[in-house]
Amino acid sequence: MKSICLFFQIHQPFRHRRYRFFDIGNDHYYYDDYSNESIIRNIADKSYLPANKLLLDLAKKMGNKFKVAFSITGVALEQFELYAPDVIESFQKLTKTGCVEFLAETYSHSLSSLKDIDAFTDQVKKHDDQIFRLFGQKPRVFRNTEMIYSDEIGEKVAKLGYSAMLTEGAKHILGWKSPDYLYVNAINPRLKVLMRNYKLSDDIGFRFSDKNWDKYPLTAEKYVSWLEKVGEKEEVINLFMGYDSFGTRQPKEAGIFDFLKALAEQVVKSDTLRFSTPSEVVDELQPISVVSVPHAISWSDEERDLSAWLGNEMQKEAFEKLYAMKEQMARCTNAELHKDWNYLQASDHFFYMSTKYFSDGDRHRSYSHFDSPYEAFINYMNVLSDFKIRLNTHVPESEVENEIALLHRMLEEKEEKIKKMEADLRRLQKTKRQKTTSRKKK
Amino acid sequence: MDATGKLEDQMKVLMFGWEFPPHISGGLGTACYGLTKGMAEIEDIDLTFVVPRAFGDEDPSRMKLIGANNIPINRTTFSFNDGDNTMEYLEVDSPILPYVNEDEFWILKSKRYSSQTKFVETDENSKIEFSGGYGPGLLKEIRDYALVARLIAEDNPCDIIHAHDWLTYPAGIAASRATGKPLVIHVHATDFDRSGGDVNPRVYAIEREGMEAADKIITVSNLTRKMVVEKYGIPPEKVVTVYNAVESVNHEKGTLPPKGVNDKVVTFLGRITMQKGPGYFVEAAYLVLKKMQNARFVMAGSGDMMNEMIARTAALGIADKFHFTGFLKGNDVNDLFSMTDVFVMPSVSEPFGIVPLEAMQLNVPVIISNQSGVSEILKHAIKIDFWDTYAMADAIYGVLNYTSLAQHFKTAGKTEVEELKWTHSAREVRKVYESILKEN
Repeated sequence: MKSICLFFQIHQPFRHRRYRFFDIGNDHYYYDDYSNESIIRNIADKSYLPANKLLLDLAKKMGNKFKVAFSITGVALEQFELYAPDVIESFQKLTKTGCVEFLAETYSHSLSSLKDIDAFTDQVKKHDDQIFRLFGQKPRVFRNTEMIYSDEIGEKVAKLGYSAMLTEGAKHILGWKSPDYLYVNAINPRLKVLMRNYKLSDDIGFRFSDKNWDKYPLTAEKYVSWLEKVGEKEEVINLFMGYDSFGTRQPKEAGIFDFLKALAEQVVKSDTLRFSTPSEVVDELQPISVVSVPHAISWSDEERDLSAWLGNEMQKEAFEKLYAMKEQMARCTNAELHKDWNYLQASDHFFYMSTKYFSDGDRHRSYSHFDSPYEAFINYMNVLSDFKIRLNTHVPESEVENEIALLHRMLEEKEEKIKKMEADLRRLQKTKRQKTTSRKKK
Repeated sequence: MDATGKLEDQMKVLMFGWEFPPHISGGLGTACYGLTKGMAEIEDIDLTFVVPRAFGDEDPSRMKLIGANNIPINRTTFSFNDGDNTMEYLEVDSPILPYVNEDEFWILKSKRYSSQTKFVETDENSKIEFSGGYGPGLLKEIRDYALVARLIAEDNPCDIIHAHDWLTYPAGIAASRATGKPLVIHVHATDFDRSGGDVNPRVYAIEREGMEAADKIITVSNLTRKMVVEKYGIPPEKVVTVYNAVESVNHEKGTLPPKGVNDKVVTFLGRITMQKGPGYFVEAAYLVLKKMQNARFVMAGSGDMMNEMIARTAALGIADKFHFTGFLKGNDVNDLFSMTDVFVMPSVSEPFGIVPLEAMQLNVPVIISNQSGVSEILKHAIKIDFWDTYAMADAIYGVLNYTSLAQHFKTAGKTEVEELKWTHSAREVRKVYESILKEN
């Protein structure tokens, strides 16, 4: 019996508005509410809501035989609460069927795992809390931003108490080995690793409606026959993809929803296939070997590396300057700043600065609302400058600022004292007056 | 030419420019406007200014403004001077045949015409469309402009023809040949300045032709004069320097918010191209930021080197202190200057450079390169070589940190720049006219 492990990711960043140098110090609102709202509304109507409806039907019809896992980033959930609360409701309904497992992830789909353990821990905890608040689940399995994984990151995740992690079944890592088994982390073998079967995943996520594909059109029968044909001993097929594959990347008109429905029905009917959630896979299967990933991998591009986010000088500069503030942030107690700090960490901002596909206008560009990666960089750095100024007034960095903050605090204390004394004075005067009046009465 | 008689009454000048306020995109339009305004102050000059395209909302104070796009060219014959400075006029069949659309063009073409006949596309009123910009088809527009210039010159009797920069040289030559009147060309920039040495041979040929055809050449600085003499092989006695001046800038606010940062602001303003030396500014910024953190650098403008500059600031790790604003419109420039502590013009090759004068009027200390024409006349400015980024960094640091220095530049600079009047330049230009008319 082979396990089919279905996993969908959902993420939407808070996109920045055009933020000019002249806005620095003058305007502290960074977000393009209009496009954020319209993008969320559009994708909710085209993808998330119809897909959720379909999954709910399947779950009701098939009972506990249908299983699916999600990771929804904190910033996406926040935007649903703002702009599309019906999406949250439909996920809650789906959760009640018991067929859904929510995975842990970084709150803002950030790259913090590559930089700083404290910022990373902070993000993961914040996300866990949010999942628990909305869906009542405590995630056991971790899924990092864009499937970014290395031995070191795996070890960190194990320390945070998670039992398994999802990543890409990258060819340059696995070599002759198959992604269709359960593996363990090279440093801490207690952490299991699920490797994505990128061929079968991308057949649905990327190629489904591609008319130039030699396997087009893809039917559920055909696909299930491929699943069944995967080696006899293989134990789990990890199908990980973006949830927007349904309805957005693959349009409804191409029949993607019907495909998903038929696929689920055939898997449930099959004698050799069954659905499992990541946690079930971890509990039921025996790991086959260690997988060694010394350098970080991701599920992006041919290279399966980090070059889409940290490939050029601009991206590295922005990344360094952002996390240079982490110590100050650790001492900061201002809620507004923490909110912006989380949004600023979204990996998307770095993705927009990618020059990898700038020339041939490939898919990178279609995901960016900037005309060029340079414009994206300028905008981000301007926002970062304003953020830094705000942060410095709350958490002073230099001695002068320290002094100012100290004086500020002293001033506040003195003012409080004065207020207190004035109150005392009024009280005393009142009692005095009362005394005199009472005396007069006498 | 009947020079002796003419000089006593009005001196009629026919001037060819490329743009006129408010439709200007660069320094050329600003300089032409300033000069014409200055000339309008001189009593005995009667000025007619021609641009390829008149929009109708220009405000020509005390001069006549002609748009070449408003001149019909439906004559069948007209005369032209067959080169050289002979006075012989030849009556010939028109070498220009106007047509409105492609169909008509093919019908005309199918008929027999002499091989010298040129076809010109016009609108229904036999007028030529001009964009008056710098876009594609520029060379065609320059040629069309020259065709119309002949007609204009014939309809507007004049004593002197004056053409500004290479775009209008062919027009000036055509007008001069048509009327036999002397030609003055005014060099605001050469292609060596614009291209950083890598000249476009077609532009160079047009420039050289204009310089050779001219009776006198006016350059905006000795730097440019030297360029004209050395690179174009023009005899030095034919070239005269007349410095530009600056209009009093208005102090109106633009659309930008007030300064939002506490740090000192160092500004670069101009096209981000090789000619303006943006790269040296970035390197100097890096050196300054090593010494002080409370400074921000602003690069305002756009251009083909912008992306390279952005990438460079990232590579140097100063992108959080170095900001790009894109092109600033109208009074937004005033707003930027009002928050600027020092303005830097590190041009590699700047024939004149009006922006530092505008900055000085707005109480901004300026640092300019020795490779700019304006450095020849300014005293109260720091001058450095464009390539000397250490000296540039030194100067920036000094102005930002020693308040007495900055204060000195503000007050002395303002006084100095207020002396630079366009009427003065206009009188110098008039002297050039006089010298030609006397010679003839």
